[in-house]
Amino acid sequence: MPILEQWPALLKGAALTVGLTAAATFIGTLLAVSCAWSRVYGPLLFRWVAGAYVEAIRNTPFIIQLFFLFFGLPAAGVKLSPLTASVIAMVVNLGAYAAEIIRAGIEATPRGQIEAAQSLAMNHAQIFLRVILPPALKKVWPALVSQVTIVMLGSAVCGQISTEELSFATNLIQSRNFRAFEAYIIGTAMYLVLAIALRHFLTWFGRRFLFGR
Amino acid sequence: MSLAAEQTTANAPLATPHTNVGAPIVRITALRKSYGSNEVLKGIDLDVKRGEVIAIIGKSGSGKSTLLRCINGLEVFQEGSLTVDSKPLIHESAMAMRELRLRVGMIFQSFNLFPHLSVGRNVMLAPQLVKKKETQANTERARQLLDRVGLAEKFDAMPDQLSGGQQQRVAIARALAMDPAVLLCDEITSALDPELVGEVLRVVESLANEGMTLLMVTHEMNFARKVADRVIFMHQGRVHEAGSPEELFGNPQTAELKQFLSSLH
Amino acid sequence: MIEFSLWDIFSNLLLAARWTVALSLVAFIGGGLIGLTLLVLRLTGKPVLVRSINTYTQIFQGTPLLMQLFLLYFGIGLLGIDTSAWVSASIALTLYTSAYLAEIWRGCVESIPRGQWEASKSLAMSFGQLLTHVILPQALKIAVPPTVGFLVQVVKGTALASVVGFVELTKAGGMIANVTFAPLLVYSCVALVYFALCFPISLYARFLERKLHVARR
Ligand SMILES: Nc1ncnc2c1ncn2[C@@H]1O[C@H](COP(=O)(O)OP(=O)(O)OP(=O)(O)O)[C@@H](O)[C@H]1O
Ligand SMILES: [Mg+2]
Repeated sequence: MPILEQWPALLKGAALTVGLTAAATFIGTLLAVSCAWSRVYGPLLFRWVAGAYVEAIRNTPFIIQLFFLFFGLPAAGVKLSPLTASVIAMVVNLGAYAAEIIRAGIEATPRGQIEAAQSLAMNHAQIFLRVILPPALKKVWPALVSQVTIVMLGSAVCGQISTEELSFATNLIQSRNFRAFEAYIIGTAMYLVLAIALRHFLTWFGRRFLFGR
Repeated sequence: MSLAAEQTTANAPLATPHTNVGAPIVRITALRKSYGSNEVLKGIDLDVKRGEVIAIIGKSGSGKSTLLRCINGLEVFQEGSLTVDSKPLIHESAMAMRELRLRVGMIFQSFNLFPHLSVGRNVMLAPQLVKKKETQANTERARQLLDRVGLAEKFDAMPDQLSGGQQQRVAIARALAMDPAVLLCDEITSALDPELVGEVLRVVESLANEGMTLLMVTHEMNFARKVADRVIFMHQGRVHEAGSPEELFGNPQTAELKQFLSSLH
Repeated sequence: MIEFSLWDIFSNLLLAARWTVALSLVAFIGGGLIGLTLLVLRLTGKPVLVRSINTYTQIFQGTPLLMQLFLLYFGIGLLGIDTSAWVSASIALTLYTSAYLAEIWRGCVESIPRGQWEASKSLAMSFGQLLTHVILPQALKIAVPPTVGFLVQVVKGTALASVVGFVELTKAGGMIANVTFAPLLVYSCVALVYFALCFPISLYARFLERKLHVARR
């Protein structure tokens, strides 16, 4: 099958998809934690800003967020490369969804645990980072893994601004050899494999590195 | 079950004295506390001497928990004053709250261990973060204290692998790790199966015998009679009657206390 | 050069938004019907059916909607049928929606206590009676909030139909941005229209969710 001769291009695309997802997951989770903190414990202004951000992102399509960054912002003098725009869009998108997920975990913390920490003279930051956050993350980890998977699949749209990720590679191949359906079957199958692998990896990672035994 | 507490006492000294023996360590004056329009504490006066063991008894809703929670700043009160080691409790000052809580430990009815940390880490977390204790000394102290409450071998266990009685003993070790001058216990055996109550009470008793200042809300009247220096009967937000266990249990003065005591049987 | 007023932009976007709404409704209703069928087939518990339906949902939930759209677009073409973007986008979004709804609803059905099934069976009800009289009515109540919530995902999903050339809100936005040379303004307006469509649905879903929680307490 001639399409399989193109595997280096596909692999390169898949690698970029993985890279984009990794960057977005790492930065996006940090953003999400700050946002979740703001919404639960932050000063009023923070709550407000974080709430507006979360709603704005959750109620508009990812592709519009991406186009806004890539096509819209240059008109305001901010020119982003496709790669930068893709990473920012994915971070911002994951950040909003993960913020809501993590917030639910934070809000489920039993009051008693916070009071125990308070009575041990721990300060707000210590209580949040060491007592509230770790069990909250553990509790919502499956939901976070699902969300990361959704963002990874959503990153296919980044090919539309010529970020050379997996869907872009697929499209490139089909335009070269005109066997569009075959190309897309293989590209899609690769996404499926990535999604399954990502889920297993993150589940394992959480168990191994984040939550002890 | 035999507890190692007595034999290992020497390994785990309690906090070095913050104040002189006999001087009041906790001083509560005209303390009033309301939730909205519901006044729960209606002017409490109480001096606790160093080394004193005080049992607080009273009906449900009489304000026992609220009083304890005020003493380490978990609740904000509206009127009156509260000092620990002559340092006043000031809610607005994070520094003052930290100072206060370094002196006052608390043990809860529901244990409240940190579920994501091993037993040892539960004990070590606050000394590490708050006192910046270096790891080796911290670990050593944690082991001593766990040994003291009879759980030396559970250092690496997770809280959910322990029985309620064991969890509560870890909670005691965790509070002791901060070397508190005063320990507050709010019905610490109420969530336990009857057969597990004894092991926790024995630990508390050993603390009392060694001169730890204790304020405990309890429904275990026999225990209060045996261990307490002073018993305080709370009723509708006031200290209704107070005195030695012999006086209070043997010769109650007020109708409310008589009724309360007879309701227990 | 022709000047475009904000109103020109907005009115054109709103006209295109009709297609976003139409596509969303088709996908949501079609997906709901297929999803319900899948759910019932799955509840029969026949291993072959359960396994195939699991695979179906796994594929649709484990691959990008964008790729599904392309596959259908090119796949239908391969069958020699003249594809319009509208048809292929409708089918792709319908299938996508059906997989998600089937999965959401399965969760709702599974949260009905086992005892309900056993009680109904012990009353000699048939499978159909059991579903229509006992299980589904109870499941329906808890299924409404997440189903309404998923409608937001469907509306946002329709934006991808622009990629196979279907002129809905996103595609129209791109075209207008090209002629007006005001992409920042145009994409802001597009985002605003999506927000106006989705936010009320999100709020409603959350309201239903809260109501359900209060009722169950
Ligand atoms: N967070 C709160 N908000 C409002 N009211 C409260 C709160 N906590 C306690 N109260 C009220 O304060 C009163 C005293 O409660 P407290 O918990 O101190 O009683 P208690 O003596 O400890 O009772 P128990 O033996 O049941 O534990 C009760 O009437 C209770 O309803
Ligand atoms: Mg109480």
